[in-house]
Order: sequence, then C-alpha cells, then structure tokens
Amino acid sequence: MTQVSMTVNGRAVSGDVEGRTLLSEFLREGQRMTGTHVGCDTSQCGACVVHVNGEAVKSCTALALDLEGAEVKTIEGMANADGSLGVIQQAFQDHHGLQCGFCTPGMVMSAAALLKDNPKPSEQEVREYLEGNICRCTGYHNIVKAIMAASGQDVSAIAAE
Amino acid sequence: MYNFEFSKPSTIAEAVAALGQEEAQALGGGQTLLPTMKQRLAQTETLVSLNGIAEMQGVCVNDAGQVCIGGATTHATVAREAAAHYPGLASLAGRIGDPAVRNRGTIGGSLGNNDPSACYPAAALGAGATILTNTREIAADDFFDGMFTTALNEGEIITEVKFPVPQASNYQKFVQPASRFALVGVFVCKFSDGVRVAVTGASADGVFRWSEAEAALSSDFSKGAVDGLSAPSGDMISDLHGTAEYRAHLVKVMTGRAAAAAS
Repeated sequence: MTQVSMTVNGRAVSGDVEGRTLLSEFLREGQRMTGTHVGCDTSQCGACVVHVNGEAVKSCTALALDLEGAEVKTIEGMANADGSLGVIQQAFQDHHGLQCGFCTPGMVMSAAALLKDNPKPSEQEVREYLEGNICRCTGYHNIVKAIMAASGQDVSAIAAE
Repeated sequence: MYNFEFSKPSTIAEAVAALGQEEAQALGGGQTLLPTMKQRLAQTETLVSLNGIAEMQGVCVNDAGQVCIGGATTHATVAREAAAHYPGLASLAGRIGDPAVRNRGTIGGSLGNNDPSACYPAAALGAGATILTNTREIAADDFFDGMFTTALNEGEIITEVKFPVPQASNYQKFVQPASRFALVGVFVCKFSDGVRVAVTGASADGVFRWSEAEAALSSDFSKGAVDGLSAPSGDMISDLHGTAEYRAHLVKVMTGRAAAAAS
C-alpha cells in the first residue's frame, strides 16, 4: 500500500491505496463519497465522470496513484455553499433531466465541463459533448434541455418529450 | 485487475530505467491499457506512468515548420493547441473517443498500441510523421507493423512525434455506431510533392497507405479522381459490423469525401 494525497472538492484528503486502485474506488470506498457512480467500469458509460484539474475524466479509468496532488471535483462538490442545488443540478430537476438518476452525477459533471469551455453551446454541441455519457432512461432529450437551460438560454422552443 | 507496483518517474531517463526491470509496462493515458488490464488480458509487475514527465508534454512548432507533439500529450491538448498550425490533425484528435477520454488518452499511447481502429495511426502515416523514441527516430512508414504491433522494442518510449504540415488535409471517420471507433477512417494529406492517403479501421493488417488513391489524387486532387478507382484490395476486416466488401467500399467513399473537404 502506498499513500496518495489529493484535493477533493477543496478538501485535502489522503489514504493508503494499491497500485491498481482506481480513482473511482478511492473516492467511493476510500473516501465514502458514493455520489460518483460506476456503471460499466469499462470507460463507456460516463457515470463516473469527475473533474481532475478542471477537466472531465472517467474516474474508473484513472489510477489514484497517477493523480497524486491533483485537484478533484465530484458531484458532492456541485451544490451551493448553503446546500441548495447548483445551477446545473437545479436545471436537471426543473426540466426532468433524469429518471432513475444513475447516470446523473456523470451527466452533471460533463455538463459543467462543457459550460466552462463553451458557456452558450448549441443543442448539437451539447449532444456531441455527451457522446461518452450514456443514459438508458430519458432518451437524452430533457438532459440536453436542462443543460441548455443551465447555460441561461431560452429552452421554451425545445418541446418536452 | 491484478495488482502491480506503480511508479511515476519525472524524467525520460528514469522512465527508461524503470522500464528496464523485468515485467514492466509503460502507461500513457490508460484509456486502452486499464480496461485491458481489468479484463485480465494484460498484467504487469510494474506499471510505469509517463504522465509525470514534463519534457514529454505539449505542442510546439520547430524551425523546420513541423508540428512537434510530446509523447504524453493528451488528445484534448492536441485538438486545442495544434488547431492554429495544423487544423486537419487537430480535428482528428478532437474526434477520438469522447471528451473525457480525450482528456486522458495520449498520442504516444495510441501510436504505441496501434489499435487497428484507432485514429492517430492514420494521422501519423498519412502525414509521414517521424516518431522519436528515447533511442532513435522512426519514420511512420517503418513504424506500424500490423495489428497491435509496432517497430518499438521492449521498454522503448515514444517521446515525441514530428508532423510535417501539409498544404491541405482532412480526416473522414465513419464510426461504428456502438463503440464510436472508426469502422473506416481515412486521412488525406496534400503536400507540394504529392498526396498521402492513410486508412485505419478497415484492414486486418492495421493502418495502411492506399497507393492507387495517392497516385490519382496527386495528379488531380478532387473527389472525382477517386471515383474511377476500384476499391482497395488487401486483407479487409469482415465482422458483424460490416463485410470486407463493405469496408473496402467505405474506404473509397471516405477518401473521396476527405479530398473534397480538405482545406
């Protein structure tokens, strides 16, 4: 076992891990932060997306020890300071951007990464950016709508489905 | 995944030393290697991460006008930083995998793996790039050696890739709809002394140059020049996603589209 240290949602954390310990395992089992979900564990589905040094990364396909010293942000860090939902989370609720909710942590983290680089994306850009995030419930429509709304754009023309 | 010792050197020399041990394996972004290890299709005693080596990071343009990319540079960085110098290459890099994969996967990892459906081998072969390792320079024409096989020796590291910049280039990728890998991908590069055409995804031998199309496009750089050719022969992959004939036809269609779209 080797000690690894990183910053998670602004808090310095450390723990003993094996070489093979994935970031997703370090977060969920080491830090008991189970908001990050593991769906496929083969880097297809994107439920495990977190931010590493500001960039979206599939935490099931990164080794904890390779991220020594990194700044990590997870879904637990997306709420406002007073505990209320952040803008993207609130938009998912307002526009019914989830059904079972399993993919939602990854969707929200990918959406946040997109809006950081592209504050007013087109619907097509949102759909392309979500290529690595799979949802088996919603058909994506309301997820896309929620992200468009979170970017401050008018979504009244996007029909509910 | 079987456990291993993890090491993360900060210089190329340290990495080479670490890889000199018995049963040591280099780790790029891990977007292929880690899933492979999870399936126990690969295992190692020591995994040597190349992600902490500053001299293997980044994109620059050298005095000869070539775009030089450090071996541990991510696809997302290439998509962003090569855009002004070599838009065809940046566009190819920006379509590999998905955004999260592009933030981890590296050019050295992709070329070293030589997946028969990967995009970067087409970029390197189509551009006539030079692959620099810790010991030598290898021309792309001599680098790819069949599916998942390259000219790299045990423990040899891709430290940098140098791309000559063409007058015009374009990458056309016909994605397999589930995996999003290239069912067929064609990278076309127009240089002052001729055109190069590299095809990925199609052949059981991995990436290859389609010489008939190169000759046709060198005398007439247009979609029409490709229309008259017969589809490439060679050992086309045939599976449930597409027959060999289907892939061969796609190569021709994608080559024509790349020539039409090249800028």
